[in-house]
Amino acid sequence: MSPAGYVFLAVILFAIGGIGVLIRRNAIIIFLCVELMLNACNLAFVAFSRLHGNLDGQVVAFFVMVVAAAEVVVGLAILMAIYRARRSASVDDANLLKY
Amino acid sequence: MTHVLLAANNGTNLDPLYSKSLFWILAVLSVSAAVTMIFMRQAVHCALMLAIVMLSLALLYAMQGAPFLAFVQVIVYTGAVLMLFLFVVMLIGVTTSDSLVETIKGQRLWAALGGLGFVVLLIIGIGHASIGTAAPQTAANGTDNLTGIAQLIFTTYVFPFEATSALLITAALAAMVLTHRERTTPKPTQRELARRRVASGHVAPEPPPGVYALHNAVDMPAMLPDGSTTDRSVSTAVVQRDVDLGRDPQSDVSSDLAAGERIEAERQIEAAARGRDEQA
Repeated sequence: MSPAGYVFLAVILFAIGGIGVLIRRNAIIIFLCVELMLNACNLAFVAFSRLHGNLDGQVVAFFVMVVAAAEVVVGLAILMAIYRARRSASVDDANLLKY
Repeated sequence: MTHVLLAANNGTNLDPLYSKSLFWILAVLSVSAAVTMIFMRQAVHCALMLAIVMLSLALLYAMQGAPFLAFVQVIVYTGAVLMLFLFVVMLIGVTTSDSLVETIKGQRLWAALGGLGFVVLLIIGIGHASIGTAAPQTAANGTDNLTGIAQLIFTTYVFPFEATSALLITAALAAMVLTHRERTTPKPTQRELARRRVASGHVAPEPPPGVYALHNAVDMPAMLPDGSTTDRSVSTAVVQRDVDLGRDPQSDVSSDLAAGERIEAERQIEAAARGRDEQA
């Protein structure tokens, strides 16, 4: 299978993740969709790494995984703090900065 | 899987037909799981769908000559990150499902249209660029995938690598700071706890659910020594499930209590009769 197929698959998964971020209201599900987008980026990185015949793309994908892990830890901690204060995981309820 | 990993590690290409069919199976599987994920109501189901996507992506990495990333994907993403998600889902409450109220009118429709437009735009753009076939692995990348990645990480990318270690420590500290709760009341001492327990009237620890006289299911409340039942011994999720299914969570309890009283009354009548026989 040529790398183009993998890039197209990555594009489709990225867009599905983006749509999920936009249409869902539950903060946990939004986070899951962000993870899907990051994974799609990794797939494109690995495909381009194979296309060019070197391993730089794989190293970048590895760094993306590390950053995603850190992001998940901080994001879920913020989510827990918000849930404790507002008793809700919906992004519509965290609107105090609006007024 | 073994074929894929062996081929990936030796830098040899898979049989084209094999890799093509495997790619299409995994592509259909991951895209359908991703689409199902954004339409699932419950967060747990979404997480499980994402696990399917991540495992298929791990196989796709292995097919593309990245066995190290494939294993990191399974261990770090599916093993650690997704488990963290499931922990938070359990902490926040499995029953909190998404609200279906649209805050901005027509937002969902426009978001879906925008996403589809984005796909079309990117596919047209990438389709116009001529992406050739995969270049062969150069000898500069080391003998195999793992040593090649190690060489790159510890030479070219050594400073970003060190930066990620700082990032991970910061993230761990941030998680501890953000989830730390300041104590607003003083911590109760052992003496206060003992006093409170005696004052509450239940000195012994409360029994677990399901030790009810005629049932041992988890949705049956425990019976206290004074003959009353305690609702606190049944998980709220179990009661909620009864309510969702349209059942009365207390129906069995009340009928059982009535049956227990009847049995007790019969026993007393029998005891009285036996006492009369013995006296006669």
